[in-house]
Amino acid sequence: MAELTMIQAITDALRTELKTDENVLLFGEDVGANGGVFRATEGLHKEFGEERVFDTPLAESGIGGLAIGLALTGFRPIMEIQFFGFLFEVMDSVSGQIARMNFRTGGHFNAPITIRAPFGGGVATPEMHADSLEGLVAAQPGLTVVIPSTPYDAKGLLISAIKSDDPVIFLEHMKLYRSFRQEVPEEEYTIPLGKADVKREGKDLTIVTYGAMVQESLKAAEALEKENYSVEVIDLRTIQPLDIETIIQSVEKTNRAIVVQEAQRQAGIAANVVAEITERAILSLEAPVMRVTAPDTVYPFAAGENTWLPNAKDIAAKAREVLTF
Amino acid sequence: MVAKKGNQYDPVKALQLIESQFDMVQILNEEGKIVDKDLDPKLPDEELVELMNRMVYTRILDQRSISLNRQGRLGFYAPTAGQEASQLASQYVLEKDDFILPGYRDVPQLLFHGWPLHMAFLWSRGHYAGSVIPDGLNIFPPQIIIGAQYIQAAGVGLGFKKKGQKSVVITYTGDGGTSQGDFYEGLNFAGAYKVPAIFVIQNNQYAISTHRDVQTAAKTLAQKGVAAGVPSVLVDGMDPLAVYVATRDARERAVNGDGPTLIETMCYRYGPHTMAGDDPTRYRTSDVDNEWEKRDPIVRFRTYLEAKGIWSKEQEEKVIERAKEEIKEAIKKADAQPKQKATDFMKIMYKGEMPFNLQEQLDAYAGKESN
Repeated sequence: MAELTMIQAITDALRTELKTDENVLLFGEDVGANGGVFRATEGLHKEFGEERVFDTPLAESGIGGLAIGLALTGFRPIMEIQFFGFLFEVMDSVSGQIARMNFRTGGHFNAPITIRAPFGGGVATPEMHADSLEGLVAAQPGLTVVIPSTPYDAKGLLISAIKSDDPVIFLEHMKLYRSFRQEVPEEEYTIPLGKADVKREGKDLTIVTYGAMVQESLKAAEALEKENYSVEVIDLRTIQPLDIETIIQSVEKTNRAIVVQEAQRQAGIAANVVAEITERAILSLEAPVMRVTAPDTVYPFAAGENTWLPNAKDIAAKAREVLTF
Repeated sequence: MVAKKGNQYDPVKALQLIESQFDMVQILNEEGKIVDKDLDPKLPDEELVELMNRMVYTRILDQRSISLNRQGRLGFYAPTAGQEASQLASQYVLEKDDFILPGYRDVPQLLFHGWPLHMAFLWSRGHYAGSVIPDGLNIFPPQIIIGAQYIQAAGVGLGFKKKGQKSVVITYTGDGGTSQGDFYEGLNFAGAYKVPAIFVIQNNQYAISTHRDVQTAAKTLAQKGVAAGVPSVLVDGMDPLAVYVATRDARERAVNGDGPTLIETMCYRYGPHTMAGDDPTRYRTSDVDNEWEKRDPIVRFRTYLEAKGIWSKEQEEKVIERAKEEIKEAIKKADAQPKQKATDFMKIMYKGEMPFNLQEQLDAYAGKESN
């Protein structure tokens, strides 16, 4: 089995589905001959040709409209938003049109559209590139929002997204693109959307998290192990819909939980997770469910982002607070 | 110092040159006379009559819809009187497999493409069953977001092109719609990919209350296609023959692989923007209304057909009676539609499996609804 980075696993998933289903089309700014600004579509233009993998004019809203029109004529579009910070340019297509397609036509038309976009902090981008805007789309009924944290998950989840008859937003954390390798099967496999993964088992505290914060949370869990705390780490993988069953089972076992996200406290989906735990498992709790998030400012300028982003130390500190409550 | 570039450097002249290319094309004038014999499509008599039938029918539908709205028997309604030629002569050109992406005033084109009238009424009332488009009918429900249909049209056109299907997509917006970013993005994408698309601007002079002159410095809206490299034309939108010819030629170019066309149809809406409280007397004078009513598409077409001896008062009465009868039947059919439940909405959210959160809510609401 090949050891792949997350971005290689993503390319692999795209190639797999372009091969499997001739209705799959892949397009966006610079995804053709250039292979994407991060090389996520490397080699696909050459392999599948201009008809299947193609560049678009530089206009995100137009890309959204293109995806809708192609879906209306029977295709299965994978559209790339070059950076998720450009979401606002295509917000009507995403939340106003794609998310409602099935609803609006009583199921006559659907939108089997996958929207891929890089996002996330810690890689010194200019502004409007790194923001965690997943909460905005998670708040829109009709959209499934996926954020993988490992190469293996990325491939299986992306294949599920492309195969889905409903729209899926697939967000790729830039810091995870090449941060580590993992064994990834060559064949097609799927990971169900809406299912979390317990990345580390434990019995004293549950950390519910996603994206780049999964690695930070695992580091925090290791540090806490040295203090004889056994910490469970749940990687949500899909943040909308939430895998409430996995979260609640874990909390009922550990009786304590924190929720960790890179997004600001007022953004993201941490508040949702806290609400679900409180409604469903209040009698299991020995302590309040607390959050580790970025502060409620606009995403910071690059030279200061590492002081702003939550890290393993912040997570361990909040975990101790809840463990000793 | 500005470098001298000889005669080529004259941005004012360059603009004037472009603008001078967009004189309004008219074939049938206000008096019902053919004024451009070369462009006259010379439609067979039965087709001329059919086009007249549709315009008369739609005028009656408009009058009835307004009164049904006032009686509370219809919901959202955007009046169409004055725009019959723009709407129906452009739709008349289409083949069954062509796709219509409409704005919210474009219900008549959808009806003549095959949308059952009772479904249009259900849509107006805010019942989802109106938008469950019958299989094989290539239309999208009326778009609410101004301009969204333009970018989607580029996609439908690209889909046809990729499938090698000899069909076109036609989409409609108004004068206000040409100010939207999506207007430009849609045209630009369609031009760049050379897709079989027809973009219609029904310039009815007002975006709700804002006059077309406030929208843009451009002398015509048609010229906006030039920047995208899209062939463009301005026609008298109250002249059914001019609209027909422009759309026919655009369709022919599209299916021949020559890409999209932009058509501006100069027209007027006699009624309010919608029936939701708009009062045109706040922004228009009756003098202006009267001026436009002299150009009425039905009046001039009637004169033309009567002179040809192929239209009579009796024929028109028959169409009116048929329209009233069908409207009555469609209202009955719409009334018979079961009321919507919260659980219906949950069931139509996803094509695939219902997610856990919604399933849980469905169970809760189903319990309430069965009480």
